[in-house]
This record gives sequence, C-alpha cells and structure tokens, in this order.
Amino acid sequence: MYDGGKIIAGLIIFLALITFPIWYNVASGKANYRPDPKIVTTEKQCVEDVSYMKASHMDLLNEWRDMVVREGHRTHTAPSGRKFEASLSNTCMSCHSNKSEFCDECHDYMGVTPYCWDCHIEPKEGK
Amino acid sequence: MSVNRRSFLKAAGLTTLSLAGGKALASESLKKPWIDSGGLKAKRWAMVIDLSKCREQEGCTACTDACHRVHNVPEFENEKHEVKWIWKEPFHNAFHEQEHEYTRDNIKHSKALVLCNHCDNPPCVRVCPTKATWKREEDGIVMMDWHRCIGCRYCVLACPYGSRSFNWRDPRDGIDEVQEDFPTRMKGVVEKCTFCEERLAKGLMPACVEACKEHALIFGDLDDPESEVRAILKERYTIRRKPALGTEPEVYYIV
Repeated sequence: MYDGGKIIAGLIIFLALITFPIWYNVASGKANYRPDPKIVTTEKQCVEDVSYMKASHMDLLNEWRDMVVREGHRTHTAPSGRKFEASLSNTCMSCHSNKSEFCDECHDYMGVTPYCWDCHIEPKEGK
Repeated sequence: MSVNRRSFLKAAGLTTLSLAGGKALASESLKKPWIDSGGLKAKRWAMVIDLSKCREQEGCTACTDACHRVHNVPEFENEKHEVKWIWKEPFHNAFHEQEHEYTRDNIKHSKALVLCNHCDNPPCVRVCPTKATWKREEDGIVMMDWHRCIGCRYCVLACPYGSRSFNWRDPRDGIDEVQEDFPTRMKGVVEKCTFCEERLAKGLMPACVEACKEHALIFGDLDDPESEVRAILKERYTIRRKPALGTEPEVYYIV
C-alpha cells in the first residue's frame, strides 16, 4: 500500500470526527439524559390509566377530537366511572398547566412538534 | 343478627368508599352540570332577526363584539384580511333583490345583521373536498372541523352570502385578549359562525343572542311548534336572504 500510514491516520481522524457527537454526548453525560415530566396537580387520577396515557395520549386526543367535533359527544367516562369534559384546553391543561415542564419535556426530547398549539391555547404559566 | 367486628369494618369501609366515589362524581357534575344532560337540543336550530329593533340601535355592535370575543375572531385593519362571523352589512347588499328604487329610506340606508344562514341545502358543504364542513343531521347546524380544513376556499366561493372568512394571516396577531377555553384558528383555514354549538352543548344560548339587549335575535327549534321562533314566524311576516337560490336559509328576518 502506497502511503499506508497517511491513509490509516486519515481514516482514524475521519472516524474520530464523524463519531465526535457520540463521544461528546457520552462524555458530557447527555447520553444518560431521560426526560422527567413534572406533574403539578392535586388530582390523584388521570382520565385513563397512567401507562395508557404515557403510551397513547395522542390516540386518545385524536379520538376526543373526532368525538367532540364530528359526533358532538363531549364527555369522556374514565375507568372509575367519573365523567370528564373531552377537551384538551379545558380538561388536560387544567391539571397539566405547566406545558413547558410536562408536554414539552418529552416532546422536545423525542423531537416531535405536535400542532395542537397552532390553534389551541396553552395555559399561561405562572412565572 | 349480631354484627361482629369484621363485618362492621367491611360495611363501614364500603360505605366510606361509595360516599367518596359519589362525592367525586357529584363534584364533577356540579362544576359542569351539562356533562350529564348534554346541553340544549333541537331538531332544527333556527334564528329570527328583528331588523326593526336592530335599526333603532344604530351603531350597536353588542352581538358582534360578544361573538368575536368568545370565539377568538381576529380583527385586522386591512379589509382584505377581515375575518367575521356576524356583522352588519348595508341593506342593499344583504337584500339586493328585495329592494327597489322607492324602498323606504330608513330601510334602504340601514344596515342588516348577517351571519351564516345554516342552510338546509348548504352549497358550501357540497363543494368541500375534505368534509371539513358538513351539515349536522341531528340539528341542522352547518359545522366546521378546523382540523380538517385545507384552506382551498371552495366553500368561500360557493357560499352566496359571504358568510365565510379565510385566514390570510395568523389570526393570533389580531386578537387582543385570547379566550383560553376556545381555540383560535391558524393561517390558511376558513372559519364562520357555528350557531355556538359549543355553547349549546353546555346549555347556553348563542353568544350573540345572549348579548342582544333589544331581544332582536331569537333562537330556537324550528321543528318545535311551541318554540318562540315558530310563534314569531307564524305571527310576523318574515323574509330570508336570496330565497331563489334554493339554499333554504334558516335565518329569518323581520324587516
């Protein structure tokens, strides 16, 4: 191999550069970061089980959207039998009034930008 | 029958649980009493507008203000960006086929309150490619699903009453005080009056009807012979906008 040393050295530098973000995140501890949404409410129970809400809140919201707008049904009955207004702004956000610490915490981490807030109003957060 | 300690505790526990549960249920329906009843219902919502009362209050915008406030309707200076749900239109424009050269001056130069007519045969619904607007079979309201609107504006062209507005700009730029319990729209979406279906569902009359101190707006069930709208239609001579088009508007006018 002509100039083998230079080629291998070049390859090593190239690999080091291209994997730099990985090393950097490992070294700075960012790789271990886990989102930690904060819950600020005195309510004990969400409108569905916590595990379901964690995985499928977006499906529930889509269901609510169609149920309320297209079918005109505005109540959601929780497994406990308690009835809730099926409303993002008026029910979800009345408990989870801290959008930046609750919704955005995971959404930012996952890189998703839900368009709910293009129209629905996010609660003003007490500063 | 003797009650031992064990069965007493069981019964006491169950009672407490059921009371607590009942209380939780009750408190929810106390806060939102409509949650069980489902609000106001009708087979065919309709409105009567008494323009003679309206004319007496020249410059009154109580209904428009109330409607536009609760629905986060933006206000822009540029007429081309205008968004409106209920507004006053020169009589000549609203009822051009029903006036003539010698129409009484006070009517000819007055303004008529106009809004979506919630037609029985709505042309806007027929042209909507995404079913973002449709007529609710249960009560006749011509609804809008702003989630689904793609902003093609076919409905704006189809509506012969100019009841629909397009958001050329981000509406939030034109709202002073945003109502948190009702969404705004976004740029590129069409909007119009929905007969306050969100208020009806909560047992409230439409915001404009509630705001009109002159009782010039009467709202009710056209299908119910005992309703106030039917009583007025029976007693007074009423007209509708552009009846020849066959859209069957459900907003009636006393001139």
